[in-house]
Amino acid sequence: MRVVGKGRVDRDAPLNFTFDGKAMRGFQGDTLASALMANGQKLVGRSFKYHRPRGILTAGSEEPNALMEIGAGDDWIPNTRATVQELYQGLTARSQNRWPSLDRDVLSVNDLFAPFLGAGFYYKTFMWPKTFWEKVYEPTIRKAAGLGMLPQAHDLIRHEKAFAHCDLLVIGAGPTGLMAARAGAEAGADVILIDDQTEPGGRLLSEIEEIDGLPGWRWAREQAAELRQMGVQIMPRTTVTGAYDGGVYGALELVGHHLAERPEHLPLECFWRITARATVLAAGALERPIAFANNDRPGIMMAGAMRSYLHRWGVVPGQDVAVFGSTQSARRTARDLVEAGLNATLIDPREEAGAPPDVRLIAGAQIRDTNGRKGVTGIHLTTGRMIPCDAVAMSGGWTPSVHLTCHINTRPVWQEDIAAFVPAPDAVPGLIAAGACNGTYDTGGCLAAGLEAAGVAVEKLGLRPSFTDLPKVEGTPAQDHPIWHVAGPGRAWLDFQNDVTTKDVTLAAQENFVSVEHMKRYTTQGMAPDQGKNSNIGALAVLADVTGRSIPETGTTTYRPPFVPVTLGAMGAGARGKGFAPERLTTSHASSVARGAPMIEAGLWYRPSYFPQAGETTWRLSCDREVGYVRQAVGICDVSTLGKIDIQGADAGAFLDFIYTNRFSTLKPGRVRYGLMLREDGHVMDDGTTACLGAGHYVMTTTTAAAGAVMAHLEFVRQGLRSDWDVHLTSVSEQWAQFAVAGPKSRDLLNTLLDQPVDNDSFPFMACGTVRVCGVDGRLFRISFSGEHAYEVAVPARYGDSLFRLLVSQAEAMGGGAYGMEALNVLRIEKGFITHAEITGRVTAFDIGMDRMISAKTDCIGKAASRRPGLLDPARERMVGLKPVDSGDLTAGAHLYPVGEKAVPTQDQGYVTSVGYSPTLGHSIGLGFVHHGPERMGEELRMIDALRDVEIPVVICDPVFVDPDGGRARG
Amino acid sequence: MVELVAQMPLDGLDVSLGDARLVEMDLGPVTLLSAGQDSDLAQALQAAHGLSWPAPGGVVEQGEARILWFGLGQALLIGIVPNPSLGDHAALTDQSDAWAAMALSGPNARSVLVRLTPLDLRDGAFAVGRTARTMLQHMGCSLTRTGADAYLILVMRSMAASAAHDLTDAMAMVAARQTT
Repeated sequence: MRVVGKGRVDRDAPLNFTFDGKAMRGFQGDTLASALMANGQKLVGRSFKYHRPRGILTAGSEEPNALMEIGAGDDWIPNTRATVQELYQGLTARSQNRWPSLDRDVLSVNDLFAPFLGAGFYYKTFMWPKTFWEKVYEPTIRKAAGLGMLPQAHDLIRHEKAFAHCDLLVIGAGPTGLMAARAGAEAGADVILIDDQTEPGGRLLSEIEEIDGLPGWRWAREQAAELRQMGVQIMPRTTVTGAYDGGVYGALELVGHHLAERPEHLPLECFWRITARATVLAAGALERPIAFANNDRPGIMMAGAMRSYLHRWGVVPGQDVAVFGSTQSARRTARDLVEAGLNATLIDPREEAGAPPDVRLIAGAQIRDTNGRKGVTGIHLTTGRMIPCDAVAMSGGWTPSVHLTCHINTRPVWQEDIAAFVPAPDAVPGLIAAGACNGTYDTGGCLAAGLEAAGVAVEKLGLRPSFTDLPKVEGTPAQDHPIWHVAGPGRAWLDFQNDVTTKDVTLAAQENFVSVEHMKRYTTQGMAPDQGKNSNIGALAVLADVTGRSIPETGTTTYRPPFVPVTLGAMGAGARGKGFAPERLTTSHASSVARGAPMIEAGLWYRPSYFPQAGETTWRLSCDREVGYVRQAVGICDVSTLGKIDIQGADAGAFLDFIYTNRFSTLKPGRVRYGLMLREDGHVMDDGTTACLGAGHYVMTTTTAAAGAVMAHLEFVRQGLRSDWDVHLTSVSEQWAQFAVAGPKSRDLLNTLLDQPVDNDSFPFMACGTVRVCGVDGRLFRISFSGEHAYEVAVPARYGDSLFRLLVSQAEAMGGGAYGMEALNVLRIEKGFITHAEITGRVTAFDIGMDRMISAKTDCIGKAASRRPGLLDPARERMVGLKPVDSGDLTAGAHLYPVGEKAVPTQDQGYVTSVGYSPTLGHSIGLGFVHHGPERMGEELRMIDALRDVEIPVVICDPVFVDPDGGRARG
Repeated sequence: MVELVAQMPLDGLDVSLGDARLVEMDLGPVTLLSAGQDSDLAQALQAAHGLSWPAPGGVVEQGEARILWFGLGQALLIGIVPNPSLGDHAALTDQSDAWAAMALSGPNARSVLVRLTPLDLRDGAFAVGRTARTMLQHMGCSLTRTGADAYLILVMRSMAASAAHDLTDAMAMVAARQTT
């Protein structure tokens, strides 16, 4: 219900919303929680395990009960804390974990079986039969327990991520944080001030005590305005979620959650990574519940939260409020309720307790139990009295929010006088904890602490601290007397979110889970989003009691990031779908796509698989036709994706000799040579051709797959092994668009485009040189990956699209055309040329029949290791060709077994690496690796592909299927 | 004789969203200079073009010419064809077609970039005339601050479309924030 004259919601701006389909009204400035309270909605959810009726417990992000699904249709956000969700016109909220309705929830029978459902129940009960766990027990339990439902549609909501840097990061804009930010800014530091609320002020927003003669909220607002003037970047609705190494903090900003109409491109959330040279943690403290029997009934909430609802939003959960506690917060709550015209009874266990004027006091008593199923109706005191009431405020004491100081594995330390854990000094390098999160609870003390912390921080930054005056504060610090739990029968909740009671903790201890970490896992206390915010210290106190230890002896569990739940969408912002990695497109991309080519990924590159033509019903038909272009006429293929490395310098030749197994220093300008390079361990790293363009100037090509790795390898050798050499490496992969022109008519085609025609004498096999292509300076290499008379022609990338279109149209006029990756693969298998399907990383030069390429005269990387006997054993799996004995298709990945033997691992003779249908030969062909391979030509084997359930007899043959003497390439 | 048609990596992209504008730039000739050991490239550069060798993270401009630090012992000469005499002191590699160049400008330019690069872009750390090799979303880039609200971004030509997509996406999100 609303309280006249209280709160700062805009009563002139009413908002309509629905809760479980019920139409309700609130005001601009409400949270969903305050609006529900204003509408008298006490019951807002069902608990995780027992399906107990639950109401709003807190007024902040620590809320364990009021979790809702926000949104309508197929798109909603589950587990939204109603205390954080700002109200907007048309908001649709649904309660969770209930069926068929919040009011009548079938699974609330769980609560009747509570004696059987304590901690450890699942582990003990669902042991047998073993097969039932996955099929029956787990699905049933998962359905019964749990919170919101995930929408089944893809999450298409826009998220954002961003980086920020500052001298001083201030976490929390309460009195401590505002003061620290001011001191930092006045000293000249670049300050970011982060706060999870919509407006600065923290606890000041919920109190009536004045600062410098102003209401707390007004003082905070004026401070914030001045800070902005001073250049402080204030980030509202933002929560720091984690502290990481090097002064880096993660933070989640809620950008669009509070808007009825979100502009199309507005992100819902932004995940920030903030790097700060110094940090002041002013995260405040959370009020601690008291564990008494049935303390979880709707209408029972934290005393400080009740003041927040009264002063910020002008709402209260009831008219007759029992306030339980022995803290200043309890006394203030009773005082403020009475001042607002409501009835308040203060229950303080201390006989000598006093009370504010007009507050009814019951001293020397505690609440031992409560009545009311869907809303509290009365309380039972330890004195035997029963008092009717419709709301209860409880205040066990305060728990400093030390979470961030524990994120890089430091434990907080116990401070006896306030009965709380406080941050260990220097728990996070560069971070100073101050104010309530450091155990200073009074406003005056917090202002001073903020100033002092910022002073230390700015000195570390090398700045001169300013002389900032402390504001004058109303009210004096008061001694709080903590209450942990009230002994007695009945279930007393510690962790509302995970349904953990004092009995569960006691049971854990009885079953010898006495370590706090074991107790946590046995009971699930403090797990998941809660991260012990409300329950941790209360549970520790119970465990300490049961085990006869003190709280510091018992220790705390580990607080882990994130401090509040963070959606995966925010963390992975921009990386959904194709945003996962950049796309690398060749200059011929648009042209290939226009020709209908399916584009396949090759690393980050996209390459055409084949170019379909009318009437071709399968890719094989297209592929066969394209192979025919190259074997009979001329084919065009974009090979720009291959790595191209420009190598210059006086020692470039020696460098190549060291990188490759074979000699390059002897290569003459205008010539190209095939090279093989090894890793240090003697296995093949990559292969390709290198052209000598002039004295001390080479261009190396790498495979598409290994371009990055080879460049890194070359740089390592240049910088780490031979830094004395004059060698320069520059990637020119992006500079040149390069196309293979392959086939018997390749030269005829090229000569229509070259300013100076070439012939076999001026441009023999393995020649290279600069040419002018249609007036543009380019490069021509006579190399062949198909075994045909072929060239690769390169022009600056800006002309790539134009040249590709021209080459293809010329080729088509000559009975050829473009070919894609499928045809390229068939062409190279027909010639027995390797790719990374063969040189997988555990294959040696010996295995692929290239051992003789390792120069006897010079040393090279990997040579010594490649000489190890195990790598030269004839029994190794060595490369061979494979073809079917009769018919059928080979499959890549299949294994080979002797005829007449079982297909078992001990009989395994090798495997198939590459396969294709050779239109040239009219049957399937393949490359593979077989023990003693080259010694077994003509032998039959069983090829078995267990994955595809294929078996055919194959015969071992030479890996070069077409033109074994290579005459066609030289022709 | 047929003529080859030159194409810009981004077809002359020019997008304005909110207070930010992204325009594809034609930088003219671009050459990577890779200095040798004990090289007197700096003097040769001064003699040939009146440019001094840029310090790490630095940019030197002179008339049409601009030279960006590009890595250890490397600089990118932009806007002029290098005098061949420089080849005696450095490896010269034509990169005119290797990089896609974009100018990002406007009051929102920095807000757009902080959504894509972890680099500290505050005035004290990245003043006008500073350059860096850094990340742009998931790709490497060269980033240069050319004015108070103006940046030059170079990315690999093949990735230009992804870069433009990421940049315009960030521009749209920053612009949307202005409207709320």
